[in-house]
Amino acid sequence: MKSLESIVENHPFFKDLEPRYLELVTGCASNVRFEAGNFIFRQNEEANQFYLIRQGKVALEVCPPNRDPVIVQTVSEGEILGWAWMVPPYNCHFDAQALELTRAIQLDGQCLRKKCEEDHSLGYQVLSRLLPIIGKNMEATQLQLTDIYGNRS
Amino acid sequence: MGKLSIIDKENLNKLIAELNQQGYKTIGPTIRGEAIVYDRISSIEDLPEGWTDEQGPGHYRIKKRNDKALFGFNVSPHSWKQFLHPPEKKLWTAEKNGSSFKIIPEELKNPKFAFIGVRSCELHAIAIQDKVFIQGPHIDRVYQINRKDLFTVSVNCGQAGGTCFCVSMKTGPKVNSNFDLALTEVLEKDNHYFVVETGSDRAQSIIENIDKRSAQDQELKAAEQILDNTAQNMGRFLDTEGIKETLFENLEHSRWEEVATRCLSCANCTMACPTCFCSTVEDVTDITGDHAERWQKWDSCFTMDFTYIHGGHVRHSTKSQYRQWMTHKLASWIDQFDSSGCVGCGRCITWCPVGIDLTEEVAAIRKPDETKTDNT
Amino acid sequence: MDNNAQDPMIPQLYEVTRTIRETHDSFSLYLNSKDDSDIPEFGPGQFNMLYAFGVGEVPISISGRAEKSGNLIHTIRNVGSVTSALSDLKRGHTLGLRGPFGSSWPIEACKKQDVVIIAGGIGLAPLRPAIYALLEQRDQFGEIAILYGARQPKDLLFTKEFETWRGKYGIQVKATVDSADREWKGNVGVVTTLIPRVSFDPIHTVAMICGPEIMMKFSMLALKQSGMSEENIFITMERNMKCAVGFCGHCQFGPTFICKDGPVFAYNKIKPFFETRDL
Repeated sequence: MKSLESIVENHPFFKDLEPRYLELVTGCASNVRFEAGNFIFRQNEEANQFYLIRQGKVALEVCPPNRDPVIVQTVSEGEILGWAWMVPPYNCHFDAQALELTRAIQLDGQCLRKKCEEDHSLGYQVLSRLLPIIGKNMEATQLQLTDIYGNRS
Repeated sequence: MGKLSIIDKENLNKLIAELNQQGYKTIGPTIRGEAIVYDRISSIEDLPEGWTDEQGPGHYRIKKRNDKALFGFNVSPHSWKQFLHPPEKKLWTAEKNGSSFKIIPEELKNPKFAFIGVRSCELHAIAIQDKVFIQGPHIDRVYQINRKDLFTVSVNCGQAGGTCFCVSMKTGPKVNSNFDLALTEVLEKDNHYFVVETGSDRAQSIIENIDKRSAQDQELKAAEQILDNTAQNMGRFLDTEGIKETLFENLEHSRWEEVATRCLSCANCTMACPTCFCSTVEDVTDITGDHAERWQKWDSCFTMDFTYIHGGHVRHSTKSQYRQWMTHKLASWIDQFDSSGCVGCGRCITWCPVGIDLTEEVAAIRKPDETKTDNT
Repeated sequence: MDNNAQDPMIPQLYEVTRTIRETHDSFSLYLNSKDDSDIPEFGPGQFNMLYAFGVGEVPISISGRAEKSGNLIHTIRNVGSVTSALSDLKRGHTLGLRGPFGSSWPIEACKKQDVVIIAGGIGLAPLRPAIYALLEQRDQFGEIAILYGARQPKDLLFTKEFETWRGKYGIQVKATVDSADREWKGNVGVVTTLIPRVSFDPIHTVAMICGPEIMMKFSMLALKQSGMSEENIFITMERNMKCAVGFCGHCQFGPTFICKDGPVFAYNKIKPFFETRDL
């Protein structure tokens, strides 16, 4: 059975992270699993967790009033879930529900934030990995918004 | 160089008659209203004797000359393409039969045209349209049959036109190839004659039937002099050096925005141009819905729907339309058909209501784009 | 029938032998020539001009050839008057057909390479003959990945074939949609998000992309970011078409005629024109 540290180390998000930072990060980590249908977090809850998905699939949903929930993004193996833990006011924006059995490393948001504030180089490591992912998500969302499959296929 | 001889007006008339005798439909320049157009002619009486055309950007007038030249003008508003590549043609008819139908192609008829008075630039334009319609992977049957027996009695220009620039485009003024007969009209004090050059075997046999005599040296010199004068007096110049690369590398030049403020997207240039070939198809039915026809009609890249695909027009601004027209004509054409699409006839300049001159536009695009220079 | 003597503007008569409702707005027609003459061979990616009596013609890519009957298959999206008329056709009905026209997907160039196919919306239809061509000689090719995006799950085409492609031929097939309801257990997100999730060697891969221009543009960016070079990327372009034989001038895209030089293009050949707006 792999150690927690080696699991964190092998996740694409923390690839090539220096050992001393790896140790700090692993200090906030624990192994979690969600059955299909479980909610991982819900909209407006306090955002306090950061997930490195190891296996499975999670749906991010929006629930417009008087309508069925709409899935706007899915996140799977090798990807991350949640970034609002890093940005005040630390609120979840969507519902996150496991679509199938999902295993993840859960990182305590407050714990990781505190360590980043104490050691800015660690902070830089985390933010510089987070930013490109958020950027890609934003571009993808913008593309989804333009409804490219609309009338022109 | 083909065989050279001299004929007079009377025998030019006989030539036209001879062509008609042999079943040709003779088309030539004639006055209609305020213009010299190409239409059915039967004798030299129909030719615009003593008339010339005064052409400038957005300007066309016919004016009386002080001589009796038969071909003393330059180019008509429309070109010969209206005969070879008709503005409208029915392609086929379809007849419904329950849930099935059958298609009846339109019968092809050979009109056996003889064009009288074709200019060198116009011969080049015909050769350019030949490449599009009958020398590619597919053949346009209507163009093919219209073109098949075409007999050309071409004319060397006795003067440079107000808007033309064949010298720049290497398409004139002298008729050099693809002709049956080439005439140079010479008007001296008491002498009005034509130097005739034969360019084909069948032309040779046609003129066997009219009176001619061999050309004397001074007559040939007179003809040469006329052509030299014409070549020297071109009013416009288009620099074709590296034009394809220049245009493709400047697709975002600010000049395109500028010309778009003047261009009306009226499509006159494409209608008048002897090489523009774009068309559209129209499917029509009668009121019972059992009888359908497919027609092909001239179209223009300046029309609203030219680039429509479900939900949008790819080129919806005048800027993109004008850019398409000019880059197609002068640049893309070279990749597509191994020659420029422009023969320098000047029609697009004459018939543009706001007088846009593509030689000017090319010169402007060759200049560096001032709006894009760095501000340091 | 001597095809060389054939006037390219005269349609041949074809009969509908089968219709399939593929999605809420797409359908497939199986066609056989009315006089039972041979259906011309076609390359994957080529298209025919389909004529609905009295209404008009549209260019539609060939989406396959029926295994047993050899009938042509066209998968069509109902977006206008002609496609709507075609959607009303039933078995035994007649339509007109001219073709095949255009360039094909570079199956030969894929040999000994990995292949990434990216499709958007109806774009999987023109790619399906390419997929079939790859499956026919599966051992000639390395990893094959099909990435497919559509607006919603109900817009996905040919989903019933995915399992065969995965199981029998070892092809990675991943689909994604722009948004979905809870019934959908698959991916949600733009199709480029699937690229990091399949395995292929970017130095030895040929990519074939078909879909809306924006989707193709971002797909190419993502492929380049993952290490692919432009000369191995092939896309398909679409423009207004009236004749499909290079006479009407409508389909011009820069110096190319989509009907003759395309619709399949190697990206590096048309790059400067693709990147110019309103061309």
